[in-house]
Amino acid sequence: MPRIRIDGQAYEVKEGLNLLQACLGLGLNLPYFCWHPALGSVGACRQCALLQYRDEEDRQGRLVMGCMTAVADGQILSLKADKARHFRAGVIEALMTNHPHDCPVCEEGGECHLQDMTVMSGHHHRRYRGRKRTFVNQDLGPFINHEMNRCITCYRCLRFYRDYAGGEDLHALASRNHTYFGRASDGPLESEFAGNLVEVCPTGVFTDKPLSQSYTRKWDLQHAPSICVHCSLGCNISPGERYGRLKRVQNRYHHGINGYFLCDRGRFGFGHVNHPERPQQPLVRENGRLRPVAASEGLAELARRLETTERWIGIGSPRATLESNLALRELVGADHFFTGLGSHPNALNRALLELLRLPGVNTPSLREIEACDALLLLGEDITQSAPRMALSVRQAVRGAGRDRAAALNIPPWQAQSVQIAGQNARHPLFISHVTATRLDPIAEATYRASPQEQAALAFAVAHCLCPEAPAPEGLDEQAQSLAEKIAEALLHAKRPLIVTGPSSGALPLVEAAGQVARALLNARPAEACPPALIPVFAECNSLGLTLLTQDAAEADLEQAFALSEHGPVGAIILENDLFRRAPGPLVQGFLERLTQRIVIDSIPSPTLNAADLVLPATSFAESQGTLINNEGRAQPLFPVHALHAERRNSWQWLAAVAGHRALKGFASPADALATCVTAAPELAPLSQALPSAAHPFTRLAVPRMPHRNSGRTAAGANLDVREDQQPQDHDSCLTFSMEGAPAPWLSRQSGIGARLPFSWYPGWNSNQAVHKFKDAVDGPLRGGESGMRLDLVCRDNGWHRPLPVDTEAQGLLAVVQPAIFGGEELSNLAAPVFQRAALPCLRIHPDDAPAWSVADGDRVLVRGASAATELPLRVDPRVARGIALLPPTCPPLGTGPTRVSLRSLGSDPLIATDHPEPTDG
Amino acid sequence: MHLGPELSPLERQEIEAECAHYPERRAAAIEGLKVVQKHRGWVSDGSLQALAELLQMPVGELEGVATFYNLIFRQPVGRHVILLCDSVCCWIKGRDDLNRRLCQRLGIKPGETSADGQFTLLPTVCLGDCDRAPTLMIDHQQHGNLTPEKIDRLLDQLQAPGGEDG
Ligand code: SF4
Ligand code: SF4
Ligand code: FES
Ligand code: FES
Repeated sequence: MPRIRIDGQAYEVKEGLNLLQACLGLGLNLPYFCWHPALGSVGACRQCALLQYRDEEDRQGRLVMGCMTAVADGQILSLKADKARHFRAGVIEALMTNHPHDCPVCEEGGECHLQDMTVMSGHHHRRYRGRKRTFVNQDLGPFINHEMNRCITCYRCLRFYRDYAGGEDLHALASRNHTYFGRASDGPLESEFAGNLVEVCPTGVFTDKPLSQSYTRKWDLQHAPSICVHCSLGCNISPGERYGRLKRVQNRYHHGINGYFLCDRGRFGFGHVNHPERPQQPLVRENGRLRPVAASEGLAELARRLETTERWIGIGSPRATLESNLALRELVGADHFFTGLGSHPNALNRALLELLRLPGVNTPSLREIEACDALLLLGEDITQSAPRMALSVRQAVRGAGRDRAAALNIPPWQAQSVQIAGQNARHPLFISHVTATRLDPIAEATYRASPQEQAALAFAVAHCLCPEAPAPEGLDEQAQSLAEKIAEALLHAKRPLIVTGPSSGALPLVEAAGQVARALLNARPAEACPPALIPVFAECNSLGLTLLTQDAAEADLEQAFALSEHGPVGAIILENDLFRRAPGPLVQGFLERLTQRIVIDSIPSPTLNAADLVLPATSFAESQGTLINNEGRAQPLFPVHALHAERRNSWQWLAAVAGHRALKGFASPADALATCVTAAPELAPLSQALPSAAHPFTRLAVPRMPHRNSGRTAAGANLDVREDQQPQDHDSCLTFSMEGAPAPWLSRQSGIGARLPFSWYPGWNSNQAVHKFKDAVDGPLRGGESGMRLDLVCRDNGWHRPLPVDTEAQGLLAVVQPAIFGGEELSNLAAPVFQRAALPCLRIHPDDAPAWSVADGDRVLVRGASAATELPLRVDPRVARGIALLPPTCPPLGTGPTRVSLRSLGSDPLIATDHPEPTDG
Repeated sequence: MHLGPELSPLERQEIEAECAHYPERRAAAIEGLKVVQKHRGWVSDGSLQALAELLQMPVGELEGVATFYNLIFRQPVGRHVILLCDSVCCWIKGRDDLNRRLCQRLGIKPGETSADGQFTLLPTVCLGDCDRAPTLMIDHQQHGNLTPEKIDRLLDQLQAPGGEDG
């Protein structure tokens, strides 16, 4: 390890770092702008200058840029030397000549890296008296504000948006003082990761638009360490609340999962928390109307109904916490607990869980995905269904360039040189899907076919790799040669990866993904790195729910429906809108047959409207509980703000019932978690999260509010001039307060990383303070990350035999295409996300149109086995033949894989005029 | 490949010839812009869009190239473009007087185009002709050792009927 000396102090630092990384890792304050831990160095801003001395005798020293200079043994350096300090202050002064100094009206104020660095550099007297250039800003859509006058030309935005995230519509225009970062013309930024610009830009150029519409400074927000609930990846987030309203979501660093970046659904999709139609208090049906009642009365109603009805069905949910699902299962008995999903999604979830159990195969984190060098995406458009993973896949593909640079001894942080050395080198990515995906442009090859044909392709890949794996029948020549090419790439890669998921709705495809991994394991030499296989699931706790119910004889919604046909029965429906799960007529019949309908949920829904008793559940922002992500990582949720008096965690409602139905083991969040630990053997590692282990300190709690939180005593003064006591939190190591452990003290504690509600450190007000809580800037949080991987039992089910592709079937196979915006239940209630949703329409291949006498732009009746719907039709050559590609908002038309028929209802006025088609592909 | 209606067959031919020099089409961005400007005097939004499609690059990226160079014109210019040097040698030698005279005669300020559409006056950095300072360039032709009187004569020539080529 190189030894260096900085301002007379000797340090040992890690080899291969640059001086800026080294200084920050040592906890020294060296200002910077253009460097970013995930984007590397370009030496553009000259802010990170320090003085380097030739030897002991050298009194002059010379200025070097910290971010551009590799550490080397024996370096003698100074951060504090006057020359270095004056230079850095001078750089800021120059950068600020065109800055409008509009901090008081800037949304970045109070968490601005430019403010922090300006103060840190000591430039506090403005001398420039000249004119400043002014720009015209752009409307960049519902997510992001644009205020170009504040730009300091660090180029971070472009490097993130274009190089890192693959966006094509943000550019640097003009030159010198007029350099402008924007689009060719006004319009929403197209990248699904545009929201990260809010954090990537060190100034107030790109700011959070929904936040600015109901603005609160960071120092007035209350935060909690929380988990995103908008897909199965479980990105770590830091939501901010004020006056009972959730104001925004920011990234919370997790080394293995999201790193520094979120997707825009996760960042802007929280509107369900503030939704005006959200149930605020219990509702009891009287004379056909739902009447609001107090929590105590709601509880009494619940108890009364449980007393008077003998048989109960419990319907769980993949978006409810483990605790809530388990409490319901305990209440109604395992025999009467159903997942709330149909038999087909349940089977898919179990098949995906089997993939996690495959012995010898690695389950990669998102970070590990970034290091993979041959990738096969099977039937899952991850940009739409697990967006953050798509960003990791992009980094994996770019890895070929990093490898080339590494071979030339270019350090990985030399971003510009790495890019030049790498040119357009890409690791091979193969995408098999029913239609085009956003990752296609960086793919080596794409395969567009029905899910069955895709499964056949994957089985063929497995067979190429390992002749023992049974070969599929009837694969055409082109697919066969593609299979060979894929097999070749996976076999010779250092770290091959296979990704799949439930979206195609095809069990054989999921099994085929496992088959490829198994064949790969057989084919590769024993000393090779094990192949990686990662499933994505449909929802934030799909895996948790599957683990709870995997061994149940009956857990399917259809079985619940059948049960209701035999004698009177009531149902408790937990955080689930059944109309999204099964065809409308079936759900309607079920609800009508029930003698009691109790719905516990945090959002409005048609199912909730049919309830006799509604109990308002907490949203994720007020919940305490556990979610299990797609890797089998259990992560805790903590409430951001104290409970609204009338709302409860779903499990708390159930636990509050007394009498012979009283639940044991749900007295507190810790108690509920302890009950989860024993619910299934594989959940045992959850015990690590129990309070005794997770609270390494008892003396001081972690404050949810930054210490400058203002006006606490004045809040509510319009109602009563009295200083309310802050709400108490007896259930976690956090407090609803700005008092508590100070950040520098916290930063030194082990086990605290995962409990940080927000990043803040003296002098570092922006989210970039996070490096103060790490030992190395490129390493994990000090003292560990949120959550723990469960120890899933390994199981090898042998080879799967491919089924012949069914060519005789009548009708088009319905496949629902997920969508990042407008596809997921909760984020659909967020106005800005909804605004980005595409017009829902049916898509079919042009060759399929004549048989049904339908044409592009028609309104079409789509009829499935159990239900029908009307949709505008787009004839789209990118869709595989024989497929009816349905929008994510389409209600289920049948159970299991469904074939549909089409009938034209004449031309659709909306689609014909308003929505021009994209022309790519 | 769909072609924007704005590019003529001749322009396309010239641009394709440039593309042939590079492994990637977008590498011909600067030459492509020059071709368009040669034929039209400037690069309109429509031409920019058409060129971007021809080069298979995002229009914003091409706009980034176009706006980086101050001699690619993204607004209409006059028939004659006068580039008056404003760097140090020319400044010492009285370029401000030339500027004044030009503005007076043409009735415009630097950066503007005369009402008759004949002249655009633009300041420029050193033309590399410092030994003949003060200098300017009109339509790719350099003129040195200028005085306000010489400016008058130059403009007279250009404004004279049939004098466009002077
Ligand atoms: S907009 Fe922000 S990120 Fe982009 S160059 Fe300007 S200051 Fe840097
Ligand atoms: S990728 Fe999924 S978990 Fe991560 S921020 Fe987006 S929606 Fe949330
Ligand atoms: S951070 Fe080193 S030059 Fe910008
Ligand atoms: S300064 Fe004018 S030509 Fe060089």
